[in-house]
Amino acid sequence: MGSRASTLLRDEELEEIKKETGFSHSQITRLYSRFTSLDKGENGTLSREDFQRIPELAINPLGDRIINAFFPEGEDQVNFRGFMRTLAHFRPIEDNEKSKDVNGPEPLNSRSNKLHFAFRLYDLDKDEKISRDELLQVCRGAPGELVLGLCLLIIVGRNCSFL
Amino acid sequence: MLRAALSLLALPLAGAAEEPTKESPGEPPPGLELFRWQWHEVEAPYLVALWILVASLAKIVFHLSRKVTSLVPESCLLILLGLVLGGIVLAVAKKAEYQLEPGTFFLFLLPPIVLDSGYFMPSRLFFDNLGAILTYAVVGTLWNAFTTGAALWGLQQAGLVAPRVQAGLLDFLLFGSLISAVDPVAVLAVFEEVHVNETLFIIVFGESLLNDAVTVVLYKVCNSFVEMGSANVQATDYLKGVASLFVVSLGGAAVGLVFAFLLALTTRFTKRVRIIEPLLVFLLAYAAYLTAEMASLSAILAVTMCGLGCKKYVEANISHKSRTTVKYTMKTLASCAETVIFMLLGISAVDSSKWAWDSGLVLGTLIFILFFRALGVVLQTWVLNQFRLVPLDKIDQVVMSYGGLRGAVAFALVILLDRTKVPAKDYFVATTIVVVFFTVIVQGLTIKPLVKWLKVKRSEHHKPTLNQELHEHTFDHILAAVEDVVGHHGYHYWRDRWEQFDKKYLSQLLMRRSAYRIRDQIWDVYYRLNIRDAISFVDQGGHVLSSTGLTLPSMPSRNSVAETSVTNLLRESGSGACLDLQVIDTVRSGRDREDAVMHHLLCGGLYKPRRRYKASCSRHFISEDAQERQDKEVFQQNMKRRLESFKSTKHNICFTKSKPRPRKTGRRKKDGVANAEATNGKPGDLGFQDTAAVILTVESEEEEEESDSSETEKEDDEGIIFVARATSEVLQEGKVSGNLEVCPSPRIIPPSPTCAEKELPWKSGQGDLAVYVSSETTKIVPVDMQTGWNQSISSLESLASPPCNQAPILTCLPPHPRGAEEPQAPLHLPSDPRPSFAFPPSLAKAGRSRSESSADLPQQQELQPLMGHKDHIHLSPGTATSHWCIQFNRGSRL
Repeated sequence: MGSRASTLLRDEELEEIKKETGFSHSQITRLYSRFTSLDKGENGTLSREDFQRIPELAINPLGDRIINAFFPEGEDQVNFRGFMRTLAHFRPIEDNEKSKDVNGPEPLNSRSNKLHFAFRLYDLDKDEKISRDELLQVCRGAPGELVLGLCLLIIVGRNCSFL
Repeated sequence: MLRAALSLLALPLAGAAEEPTKESPGEPPPGLELFRWQWHEVEAPYLVALWILVASLAKIVFHLSRKVTSLVPESCLLILLGLVLGGIVLAVAKKAEYQLEPGTFFLFLLPPIVLDSGYFMPSRLFFDNLGAILTYAVVGTLWNAFTTGAALWGLQQAGLVAPRVQAGLLDFLLFGSLISAVDPVAVLAVFEEVHVNETLFIIVFGESLLNDAVTVVLYKVCNSFVEMGSANVQATDYLKGVASLFVVSLGGAAVGLVFAFLLALTTRFTKRVRIIEPLLVFLLAYAAYLTAEMASLSAILAVTMCGLGCKKYVEANISHKSRTTVKYTMKTLASCAETVIFMLLGISAVDSSKWAWDSGLVLGTLIFILFFRALGVVLQTWVLNQFRLVPLDKIDQVVMSYGGLRGAVAFALVILLDRTKVPAKDYFVATTIVVVFFTVIVQGLTIKPLVKWLKVKRSEHHKPTLNQELHEHTFDHILAAVEDVVGHHGYHYWRDRWEQFDKKYLSQLLMRRSAYRIRDQIWDVYYRLNIRDAISFVDQGGHVLSSTGLTLPSMPSRNSVAETSVTNLLRESGSGACLDLQVIDTVRSGRDREDAVMHHLLCGGLYKPRRRYKASCSRHFISEDAQERQDKEVFQQNMKRRLESFKSTKHNICFTKSKPRPRKTGRRKKDGVANAEATNGKPGDLGFQDTAAVILTVESEEEEEESDSSETEKEDDEGIIFVARATSEVLQEGKVSGNLEVCPSPRIIPPSPTCAEKELPWKSGQGDLAVYVSSETTKIVPVDMQTGWNQSISSLESLASPPCNQAPILTCLPPHPRGAEEPQAPLHLPSDPRPSFAFPPSLAKAGRSRSESSADLPQQQELQPLMGHKDHIHLSPGTATSHWCIQFNRGSRL
């Protein structure tokens, strides 16, 4: 497992990430190799361009938004820590009690954190509110884009009472 | 179709049913017969029809009492009825008649059921759980077959099965293979009444469909091994058996997909022969079944894949009515076949000549089946839960093990065995019948209380809301994006790839151009919304009417002047001479004005039945009924109203008072959105602007490419006319002329019909001035997916751009004495390849013949750029006009 990747990743850093995100050792090394392969500048951080170079992501209607989710407010570089922190939201929820530290912070993959993450994907202007426009924008990626978009103009326009 | 199936069905049954009826006399009587009894010529189809009739009547009787059907599944009742009927037949004819023949079953009774289940399979759910389904179908069935067979053999070795049963290990394996498969018919019949949650249902049901390939292969392999004799079986035969599993399953699926492709492609070209669309669906699906059967591939798999694969495209291609027809016919056929199957099963069980009883074998089989099914489910679920995001819990597993019903497939397969090769056939038949009866009756009866008792999550019977669907799509994209980032090619990645591929190539190839634009359910939602709106509008119509009627005469003129927008000012000052002398001359009483208002409102607000000159019966077209027409009218009304309010917001015409609308804010908001999109020309950023109107336009499917005469005639029948100034606009004119006393400056109002005509249409002999909005509404008309957004933006721009484009066109339509045929005047806008002002010659001539309208036309056109400029500075008039892609077409199909 992980010849190059694990050598580049310091052990203590790995442990910290493990603790913070809950990924297993092998998952982290695998993701680290992915991270380094994405990192064309080889400076230990990813820029938006690095993400946009992924061909599938470029055609994903919500690709930009996902990319944005990786970058903290006002920054345009993300290091491996941040990368993993974002990805941790997508881990399945663990029910078992042992992972629940009473005093520790809530794990990133808890239900509320997931919801918050999803909310932030919708909330473009970061005002902690999803406006109609933002809703419309997100939904634009759905198939039947045109119909959808235009029908939404009407449907969303009526306070979502129908939905 | 049904009839064809029946007559086909008749043939094999007739063979079986050689009833010793009264023979007709050998030599015909010489003279002319007054009456002749020709029973033999109609016997076969008659009997089939009678059987189905009996089954249907039985169904009706069962459902007379809700109590019975809520407790006992229909399949149980049918089997019991079959038993009774079989007993009667046996008593009367002294020999068992009308049994379930394997040939009939596989060729005629099974396909409709499988097609129905495949076609209406929730594909998303199916593919989401495909891994689990495949595991249960393949591994589970193999496990069941081998363990059951081996355990029975062990039972025999232990001496618990009577030595009469002459069977070796291979015979028991053969029996295990046919008895192990969960039966789709039985599962469907029972689970449809139980309403467990969708995931559970799709897993059990999907398993029952997909295990067909395994069953077929196992059955064939074992059968041939038995026939060869165990001594002659070589190692290569085992390998061949394994290979044939892949050949049969993948081959069957491939045949199904090929036919699905053909079917989708064919329905793309049925625009003019809508009536055969449902037939095509059935024929090609049946052809898929027969082809797979012919090549001894898995026919069930073929039909399932055919239904699953073609649905999306077929549904998009065929007309709404065909869709309903397909749905109903499929359900009818399936339920008919199911009924007959269960009834014949009951009848067949009576025939004691076919079976021989052995308690050890029967009990052993029952126990082993239940036990190994449960064990297999638990083991497989344990493995699957390692990978599943949402694990299957214990209760699910209980229901899954208990829901492993056996049915007619097993029975038909066991009947097919060769008695000379399988000496224990009679014992196997008896055991199969008992197993089938036990699973269908006992388990079928108890599964409902069990599900209730275990508190299994029930399915909620509602379609996902629009919101749900939207967010589901959103999250699909998000998950696919994350898989891209991580570089993991998982389920979401492949689904995303598939969707891209589908969008780029398959949909382009298999769907009508108009169809894939508007294929989504969302359009239905939109349609329903509109209908609801329209109905509520009509409901409160009286109120609106009275309020306008009252406010109008007393409306202070100052008010309207104050609210007059720039455009109106422009009109006032910038206009030339008023050619309509009557404007100044006529002074009308308040009474007249009120009458006028009333008249226009009635014109606009009432359902107008129009006479249709169309042969009412045609074999090739189905005419719509009155209700539907009325709906359409209502829909038109609604769209008209929308257009009005768009215009009024547009011009800031003084309508806020006369028409209070609760949704005003909502509309404004969405107008803003539309406006913003139009301005930015990119779906990226949105902002709020003031007011604009949303006009969604529609190009009717029919109208898509051509407008030949036959088409137009058909369309004419819909009684749709072009857009003209809507009622409220007319009202406004009334107001304006009311104001004339105060501000006598000759005001030119762009709509050309003279004020007098506007006001008192009946006086000028043009009572039909009533204006209609084009067709159903408005649909969105992108040319194709690539340029889709541009198109939609441009259609949105139409919102932002002033209706001046529309105005001249509309207004220069003079009040025109209407003949039997409504004049056809589709509005073509510049972006359209067709000439932009396409009036029928007669109409254009009529327009020219009237001096005032001919004068108005250039004047109005003059105004255009100005108006556009004033109203929406951000939109240069050029773009506004060049991007018009709104069409008011007259087709009314949605």
